[in-house]
Amino acid sequence: MIGGGFLALLIVLALAAPLYAGDPSSMDPFKRLQPPSAEMWFGSDNLGRDVFARTIFGARISLVVGLLSAVGAALGGLLIGVIAGYVRAFDNIAMRVMDGLMSIPTILLAIALISLTGSGIGILIVAITIPQLPSVTRMVRSAVLSVRERPYVEAAVSGGARLPKVLWRHILPSTIAPLMVQSAIVCADAILTEAGLSFLGVGVPPEIPSWGNMISNSRLYLSIAPLTIFAPGICLAVMVLAVNLLGDGLRDLFDPRAKRRR
Amino acid sequence: MNGPLLKVENLTKHYPLGSGIFKKNIPVIRAVEDVSFSVEAGETLCIVGESGCGKSTVARLLMRLVEPTGGRVLIDGTDIAGLKKDALRAWRRRMQMVFQDPYSSLNPRLTAGQIITEPVENFERLSRQQRNALAADLLQKVGMSPEMMHRLPSELSGGQRQRLGIARALALKPSLIIADEAVSALDVSVQAQILNLLLDLQQQMGIAFVFISHDLGVVEHIGHRVAVMYLGRIVELAPCEALFAKPVHPYTEALMAAAPVPDPTRVRLEAPVEGEVPSPINPPSGCAFHPRCPLAVERCRIEVPPLVPLADGRVVACHVRAPATDVVAKPTTAANSSLSRVV
Repeated sequence: MIGGGFLALLIVLALAAPLYAGDPSSMDPFKRLQPPSAEMWFGSDNLGRDVFARTIFGARISLVVGLLSAVGAALGGLLIGVIAGYVRAFDNIAMRVMDGLMSIPTILLAIALISLTGSGIGILIVAITIPQLPSVTRMVRSAVLSVRERPYVEAAVSGGARLPKVLWRHILPSTIAPLMVQSAIVCADAILTEAGLSFLGVGVPPEIPSWGNMISNSRLYLSIAPLTIFAPGICLAVMVLAVNLLGDGLRDLFDPRAKRRR
Repeated sequence: MNGPLLKVENLTKHYPLGSGIFKKNIPVIRAVEDVSFSVEAGETLCIVGESGCGKSTVARLLMRLVEPTGGRVLIDGTDIAGLKKDALRAWRRRMQMVFQDPYSSLNPRLTAGQIITEPVENFERLSRQQRNALAADLLQKVGMSPEMMHRLPSELSGGQRQRLGIARALALKPSLIIADEAVSALDVSVQAQILNLLLDLQQQMGIAFVFISHDLGVVEHIGHRVAVMYLGRIVELAPCEALFAKPVHPYTEALMAAAPVPDPTRVRLEAPVEGEVPSPINPPSGCAFHPRCPLAVERCRIEVPPLVPLADGRVVACHVRAPATDVVAKPTTAANSSLSRVV
């Protein structure tokens, strides 16, 4: 649960950014690559922009992309997974499509999707979500398959329950716990993917500060102003760590047996 | 009421082994083969047999939890196989099931009250008060205190859980309850309580039971009529006293000889059969029991014995003990053979 607390802190910091962080995009050619000072805590980058402000605002992008991708993948995966777990014909088709998606590396697939449609944060989130669908879908499907044969589901059917009710009351609840855990993993992965895409220049448009494009812009100035790279880099590592810890915590919460085994 | 409450005609279920679009002649498991019987209102029909003889498949077919390969299941003369979704749902009110395992047949996330009132809520809207009243009433019927309605299944004992299973089956006031090994997962002392509960309910509410079991002691205690199954077929169907007084089919005999008797002075018969139950994928030709039968003759290997009615109201499928030719010789052939098909 340390991860959850830390993530909550990051979210508050990012949301409150305009209140204290200053302007992330105002340039000052006379103050390029400055060391940290009282005015600019993390110094400035090659265009004289405040690295601290950019780091804080960059967290917003990472969080938005990470959370929305996780939610999107969870909802999409839940829908496809539940139908696949129940409808045999759909199962065969959907699972082969998912296998196909899985065989393509995440970043490559995202780059392909972005180059088809053009850049933008919405597109970016969709492009990051789609490669994450297979893992969620498979997990939901396997949970549905294992639950649908339980006698209490048969009992519900023989008690006259309609299919939506059987799904909602007897099958979905047991997919929620693994779904939450999987979503946390997806979220961490999405944050890293976004940073990777932005670093490659196909992610967030360059005018919006993101940790990926900050690292990318500053890589030439590593020896002069190391904080321009280290600040976003360390933040990225810490955020991914926090999300993963949250995922672990959720798993222990939902499945106490796994915790005891360790 | 005209005719029996439940009538099963030539019910058959084959499970294909694996699926294949291109393969022809996929091997099948012949789980249930040409099973026919009927149940009158208020009556208890027991189905006994070894593990894997198709007893549970019969129960699932009756509830239409699985689709039959062939045959008909008639409730008050209506064939349920042909029913569409909504008609089937309405029909489910007539017939409910108590499941074998009181642990896995209750949703662990719902409270006792939610579990037992759910069948009713599938058909009508209940206010909170109505739901609580219904739950309390059902719990009382199965001998539990109404406070239990807020408990989760994990907080209850095996016997209490099975009582919940019975309460859930009672919720829709069915005229027939199918109990699939309903007591075999319980301790012997608890078994007796649950059986007596079922008998009481039958007397009070006139419910008919199809009681599936492998425990002859239980069957003798509660059955009115008993069907003995072997490899998916009924080999003997008889009134309970007649069957236990004198089994006719050699398999029934063997089953009884193998059942433990709580009387150390009683001499046990030497078990007359040897060997294992053959595989239902490739059952023996003719009478499925012939490889293990001490009485088997040449004809048993070739011809499936029909169910032949005997004088004391039983039907037996055995070429040796109940030869069909005897019946054919009598003038009432037509009536008897049609009887043997539908009993």
